[in-house]
Amino acid sequence: MTLLNQKQKHRVSFTLNGVPVEIEVAPRTLLTDALRHGLGATGTHVGCEHGVCGACTIQINGAPARACLTLAVQVEGCVVRTVEGLAPAPDQDGQYRLSILQAAFRRHHALQCGFCTAGILMSLDAFLRETPLPSVEAITEVIGGHLCRCTGYAPIIDAAMEAAAELRGDAKHV
Amino acid sequence: MDGSPATWVGQSIERVEDATLLSGRGRYIDDLGTRPGTLHAAILRSSHAHAAIEAIEVAAARALPGVAAVLTGTDLAAITTPLVASVRAPIEARAMATDRVRYVGEPVAVVVAADRYIAEDALDLIEVTYRPRLAVVDPEAALAPAAPVLHDGLGGNLASERAFTYGDPDAAFAQAPHRISITSRYPRNTGSPIETYGVIAEYDPHEDAFDVLANFQGPFSIHAVVARALAVPGNRLRLRMPPDSGGSFGVKQGVAPYVVLIAAAARLVGRPVKWIEDRLEHLAASVAATNRVTTLSAAVDRDGRVLALDWDQLEDCGAYLRAPEPATLYRMHGNMTGAYAIRHVKIRNRVVLTNKTPTGLVRGFGGPQVYYPLERLMQRIAVELGLDPIDIIRRNLIPAETFPYRTATGALYDSGDYAHALDIALRDGGYQALCEKRDHARAEGRLYGIGIAAVVEPSVSNMGYITTVLTAAERRKAGPKNGAQANATVSLDPLGAVTVQVASVPQGQGHRTVLAQVIADVFGLRPIDIRVITDLDTAKDAWSIASGNYSSRFAPAVAGAAKLAAEKLRARLARIAASQLNTLADDLVFAGGKITSRCNPGLVLPFNRIAATSHWAPGTMPDDVGQAIRETVFWTPPELTAPTEADEVNSSLCHGFILDFCGVEIDRITGKARIDKYVTMHDCGTILHPGMVDGQIRGGFAQGLGAAVFEELAYGDDGAFIAGSFADYLLPTATEVPRIDILHIATPSPFTPLGAKGVGEGNCMSTPVCLANAVADALGVAAIDLPLTPAKLAALARGDEAPPPAGIASTKAAKPGDRTLRGAGETTVAASPETLWAMLLDPDILAGLIPGSHGVRKLSDTRFQATVTLGIGPVKGKYRADVSLADLTPPREATLTGAITGGLGSGDGRGCVTLTPDGAGTAIAYTYEVAVGGKIASIGDRLLDGATKIIIGQFFAALARKAGGSKPTSSRFARLRAWLRIGR
Repeated sequence: MTLLNQKQKHRVSFTLNGVPVEIEVAPRTLLTDALRHGLGATGTHVGCEHGVCGACTIQINGAPARACLTLAVQVEGCVVRTVEGLAPAPDQDGQYRLSILQAAFRRHHALQCGFCTAGILMSLDAFLRETPLPSVEAITEVIGGHLCRCTGYAPIIDAAMEAAAELRGDAKHV
Repeated sequence: MDGSPATWVGQSIERVEDATLLSGRGRYIDDLGTRPGTLHAAILRSSHAHAAIEAIEVAAARALPGVAAVLTGTDLAAITTPLVASVRAPIEARAMATDRVRYVGEPVAVVVAADRYIAEDALDLIEVTYRPRLAVVDPEAALAPAAPVLHDGLGGNLASERAFTYGDPDAAFAQAPHRISITSRYPRNTGSPIETYGVIAEYDPHEDAFDVLANFQGPFSIHAVVARALAVPGNRLRLRMPPDSGGSFGVKQGVAPYVVLIAAAARLVGRPVKWIEDRLEHLAASVAATNRVTTLSAAVDRDGRVLALDWDQLEDCGAYLRAPEPATLYRMHGNMTGAYAIRHVKIRNRVVLTNKTPTGLVRGFGGPQVYYPLERLMQRIAVELGLDPIDIIRRNLIPAETFPYRTATGALYDSGDYAHALDIALRDGGYQALCEKRDHARAEGRLYGIGIAAVVEPSVSNMGYITTVLTAAERRKAGPKNGAQANATVSLDPLGAVTVQVASVPQGQGHRTVLAQVIADVFGLRPIDIRVITDLDTAKDAWSIASGNYSSRFAPAVAGAAKLAAEKLRARLARIAASQLNTLADDLVFAGGKITSRCNPGLVLPFNRIAATSHWAPGTMPDDVGQAIRETVFWTPPELTAPTEADEVNSSLCHGFILDFCGVEIDRITGKARIDKYVTMHDCGTILHPGMVDGQIRGGFAQGLGAAVFEELAYGDDGAFIAGSFADYLLPTATEVPRIDILHIATPSPFTPLGAKGVGEGNCMSTPVCLANAVADALGVAAIDLPLTPAKLAALARGDEAPPPAGIASTKAAKPGDRTLRGAGETTVAASPETLWAMLLDPDILAGLIPGSHGVRKLSDTRFQATVTLGIGPVKGKYRADVSLADLTPPREATLTGAITGGLGSGDGRGCVTLTPDGAGTAIAYTYEVAVGGKIASIGDRLLDGATKIIIGQFFAALARKAGGSKPTSSRFARLRAWLRIGR
């Protein structure tokens, strides 16, 4: 393991939403700051900086993680995914699209100010990949790891359940 | 046709905001770039609730590489003036303290540095010498003659007192067969948006002008306060708001003092300065709702009819009266009789100052504090008279035929049918079945209760209501101040596309979508054709001091103004089209993107073409049409008049109605309240977007639930703030918020262009008291205050807890608010007592053992000084520890007393260590008591207690390792280790 010098900046390389990136950071630089202010990936938000609110949740090697409790140097060599990587590429007409989960959020008014939303999407995206047939209780527990001050959560739960069904191929929303 | 509905208004269309926000492309304040050379600020805040600032030593901080400036209150005072308040009183409120601090979290110094990390490093290097003063936290205690006084010029802590009489309440009380009273203590809570405050400011010395970007929400009357504090005319304070805001709920009005602070800092350092608040700062020192002590009495006849009310309200605005306070106390002044036809009212209003964070706008603004006692009282009337609570409500409701209804205190209720709303709510919400469920549960011995609350939700505030705090004579002298204003601008571009701009400053509500719907209907277009801009620039956009996102004014006022502006433009476009088609303007229909003649459908023109005419062919405009490019409408409702000589005030324009009821079951053992069913009926007039209205209701309910059960901005008796993290200030999560049943009726407002009323705040007013009424019903108690925590309810359900069995020490605090942490432990070490004794007295060895130690100095044989860095939860800082040893019995026993001080707080402690030979080794036993204060205390008992145990445990573990190994210490608190960061 590399010994880091707190007085020096260190080059960190990782994959961000499928693209290799490099950034120079101090050992204490938080991953949130590196992503947002270093790499311009401002979709990941900072709500509390102590791991409770969940707004900064991203995926590191496929697993959800609080970016505010992660140092940038810890993701050396990792595969990092943020909200900017959720939607599929624009279609042939250049039309921007949303993922199934994102579209379900929009249909259900599962966001208002949208500040906490990125973190919730990242948690649910990881969860639904591992649990294609979730119970409402399990979905509620996952969303329970996030604070949303606008919606009262019910529309988020509904959106997640509908997205799960659509991802399974049980239902296609028109 | 294009498949459009008859009207877009009223449809739950997908929000135009969402795709952007869902894909991480939102533009919140911290997502926007800054100018090259922008510096970053961090704020040092008071760790004392009340203290004189004797000295601030900034040299070490200033010397840190990367630091541009360290500014104190004195530096700021040279270029700023105090923040003006609504009440003329000798209370000087500044953006940063100068010689005295009056609440924990009050800014004391600001560091401006190359980046935030360096700025925060420098905060640790500032040494402030405080001379602590006694603090007062409780509003009633603050009125006592011997109470510590916050503002010497005020003489005491009473900032304002007014008495009001409407009708003849004394006669009504004298004649009524019953006088029924209730006293409530409404606690402090806050909206706590997930995005905190942010300010980016710069100053141009040549033009003496500030350019500030802040996630401010309004009201824009505060723009005047900020400009005056910065000592510039209003046209030299350009205030801009980012396109997106991460929620506000009133709270982001409170960014105003930080606009002054950061703008002044930018002026002093000559560079742009950016500041983003952190969560601890936000909870400790942004904005709280007022806590209020209310005694409310009703004169009641035999049938439960309320003849008169007698209000005594004691409002706690914290350490300073910050504009627009004491508005929380007067926002509801016209509504003091709620949904009831009560003609005789007496009110005494007092405003008191205490050593807590200054108060301000929080969703519900004054409503929760009024409806809690009012609706608790209605429940008590039912209980005391042995009548059905529904009958009590029904008998007192304002009759439908009396609208518009003038209340005793002056409000003009625009429309409503309260009895009908009640009937529909009970029928469609299943009230009868709920009563049967309660009876069944009770028959089984379970604690089940039903709560009800009837609430009138005011919206579109009259700016004049706050002047009710002045006497009629003072108002005459000051001149009239009343009304409300909303504005909107609709413009057409050379390709005929429509843009709408409003001074509404949404904070997540979806205003852009609703405006697109409203304007699409006027022009016969689709919402997708309309572009709505809501980020505001006070230098260029239309606004007024009433602008902003507050008092639920969007749907009734702002959306209405947009409709009026579009209609004016449409009338001109009709003239242009009529002249081209040789028909009359009245004959034209705007639909499907076309302008068509009603009489001769063959006469048709595309909307875009006519909309672009004024750009391309201004010379062809029909006479007196003028331009058809841009129209701005300022809308002012005439009903919002100034307070009368008799202090009657129409405090708001619109009045929605809410009827909530719920079933709650309380677990006898845990005290946990489970919400079995919650029904909320709303009449908010015409509904513009059903999905968003229900979103507001669900969100308001969740916040009301938080206020009722989980949230309290709690303070210790000494003024220490003890709810500084999301592990202490608990917001409800998905697992705590139940599904609710939402019902609607609609009686459109005759006073607003679209018939809409506000809907955003109602459940913050109705839900806390509805839940409390259910809990009171379940437990059969008369007096109950929020929050309804399991501990409180368990105590009520089963009486006081039995004392612990003999031999087990009580861990309960000696008195409420006591911040003393106590603990004990033991460990066995494979070394003799003599070896350990020598180690414990050796500063070099101690330096290696104390967690986070930077070195230990031996001042004498029994006095040591250590510098340590400790991180507990989000609070990490450097401390100086002075330790003395006493009662030395070498090598068996020693008593340690000491004090620890640092920028983040302080502590005083005492510990006792005994060393007892145990086989080949030594048994070490220790006890300790530590009292903590300051920022460190704000992280709350749960974390602090665990962290203290871990730190002490780590010390002895290190001692054991150094002395030759031992069993590892207990890992009971392993789950807390993630919270603990020792050293650097």
